[in-house]
Amino acid sequence: MNPRAPAMTLDMPGWRSRTLLVMLLLGFGVLIARAVYLQGLNNDFLQKKGDARYGRVIELSATRGMITDRNREPLAISTPVESVWASPADVDISAEKMKRLSRLLELDAGEIKKRLAGSARDFVYLKRHLPPEQAAKIVELNIPGISLQREYRRYYPGSEYFAHLIGFTDIDGQGQEALELAFDAQLAGKPGSRRVIKDRLGRIVEDVESVRQPQEGRDLALSVDAKIQYLAYRELKNAVEVHRAKAGGIVVLDAQTGEVLAMANLPSYNPNNRGKLEPRRTRNRAVTDLFEPGSTLKPFTVAAALESGKYKPETVIQTGSGKLVIGSATVHDAHPDGALTVAQVIQKSSNVGAAKIALSMAAEQMWDIFSKVGFGTQPRSGFPGEVSGKLRAYASWRPIEQATMAYGHGLSLSLLQLARAYLIFAGDGEIMPVTLTKLETPPVSTRVISAETALQVRRMLEMVVQPGGTAPRAQITGYRVAGKTGTAHKLDGASYAPNKYVSSFIGFAPASAPRLIVAVMIDEPGAGQYYGGAVAAPVFSSVMAGALRLLGVKPDAPLNNVVLPPPDAPEVREEV
Amino acid sequence: MARLNLMLLAVLVACALSVVTSQHNARKLYVELQKEQAIAKQLEVEWGQLQLEQSTWAMHSRIEKIASGRLMMRVPPAARVQVVAPESTQ
Repeated sequence: MNPRAPAMTLDMPGWRSRTLLVMLLLGFGVLIARAVYLQGLNNDFLQKKGDARYGRVIELSATRGMITDRNREPLAISTPVESVWASPADVDISAEKMKRLSRLLELDAGEIKKRLAGSARDFVYLKRHLPPEQAAKIVELNIPGISLQREYRRYYPGSEYFAHLIGFTDIDGQGQEALELAFDAQLAGKPGSRRVIKDRLGRIVEDVESVRQPQEGRDLALSVDAKIQYLAYRELKNAVEVHRAKAGGIVVLDAQTGEVLAMANLPSYNPNNRGKLEPRRTRNRAVTDLFEPGSTLKPFTVAAALESGKYKPETVIQTGSGKLVIGSATVHDAHPDGALTVAQVIQKSSNVGAAKIALSMAAEQMWDIFSKVGFGTQPRSGFPGEVSGKLRAYASWRPIEQATMAYGHGLSLSLLQLARAYLIFAGDGEIMPVTLTKLETPPVSTRVISAETALQVRRMLEMVVQPGGTAPRAQITGYRVAGKTGTAHKLDGASYAPNKYVSSFIGFAPASAPRLIVAVMIDEPGAGQYYGGAVAAPVFSSVMAGALRLLGVKPDAPLNNVVLPPPDAPEVREEV
Repeated sequence: MARLNLMLLAVLVACALSVVTSQHNARKLYVELQKEQAIAKQLEVEWGQLQLEQSTWAMHSRIEKIASGRLMMRVPPAARVQVVAPESTQ
């Protein structure tokens, strides 16, 4: 025993302290085991709970890209709007607040109640696409269970002028028509999401990881020039109204690059307000509708003839009394012209002349040029729903078919195809793909006819607009113009309708170094006049004159170049 | 040995504290960044709206209507237009 601390001396058995020690150690052991269990072995549950308290996955929406014209003028822009949605189970609303809500939403109180009650879902839209200012007022009402969701609405400043070209998106922002549909993937981008940590005040304090990287929609620059498009639409609309036509289309191409500078159709619609939209108005007729081109095809027949070496522009063809009997059918010219040169066949648009030229060639020679300029194949402009047109294999052509095809009957194509085909005359016999997007590099062109043939046909097409030709009204002050009229009976079921016509004119200018191709098509003009030279040529003339001025193209003719035939001269009418 | 340990302990504590401080700073800066990004986004939206407004006011049909109707302007006839070619092409 220790004598220095007698008071503390207690006689304890040794096992007690040992027991205590063991128990304490056991206690620690249990704690450590629990800690290991929670931290190491079974931490998923706790981790999840922790994440749920401060971790959030937030969605990052991608803005849809703009569509602009070639000069970056916006034609379709997305701007944010708010959609009001409710979670019906949580909604707690007083009668007075309901009144104010229904006024802000411009919805009947009964209708709101019906939507809240009628749905078993926990998500119901009350109103979509409200302007942000109006939505802010709804937030101020502070109604539990009603929230906002940011969405984007597409606006089209070009309204009906660009409607067919650009199309529109649905309420969820997906491309539905035209270029909005064709370039949807590029424009839409991809929404992303990322995991973040939020603090007590709801501020994002840390970016943990990005789950999906968002991809903003890319802008799309079209080849279209907004000024020319507007001009083309206005002139076309004017003509369609004056001639009381059923429909009309116009295509303006850059003769050097194949870019589409304007493409308009009537009837049109306003893409910003599509309440009552008739499907017939949404069709881009210039690309999706076929028509029989009529005489505008004669230059291709003549080009094939010149290429064959059998004909020269001054070769004389006997059209005789204006009748040509082939088997059981007869090709007519209403005005017998007797002997015509090849150039005059184009200038006066003689059917008999064109048919005779065609019949002296092998069908394959004609088919070859027709198919090389793209008849019967899609123009691959990237526009959805474009048609390929009908061009049958030459092996199945009967002579009468070969003769009628020479002047554009028995085959069909779209206005865009026709405009593109004229690239071979406007250029030096080469054709390139048409494009609706702005080109950064020059296009790849392929030769169809020799430069010499192209020049010869160009001279003939210039004669068409001069006195003695079918379209003196296509002339433009200060510029040399070349072009061809077309007037065709419309197919009505299986036969041609006697009093329904398609009037067209297609041409280019300045003829010395063509810059633009303009193709005009007027469907069923109903005010008396129906010749291409009277209905479509004036539209060509005013659009071409305006576009050349807008582009600052140097005139290639003196200012007194317009020579109209004397008023008492008989009008040169083409054969229909 | 004990002194070295004590020193290392002090360094450890200092490091731990600085980790906490810098984490806090990083979060504060991140909040700032978020704010700026929200402003940027807002400005972008506004830019889009202004562009929309501009193109609506500057619609060709509207300009033409005002020019010919209110301001009595006309397109000059071809005889009164002279096209000047750029120097380089001459």
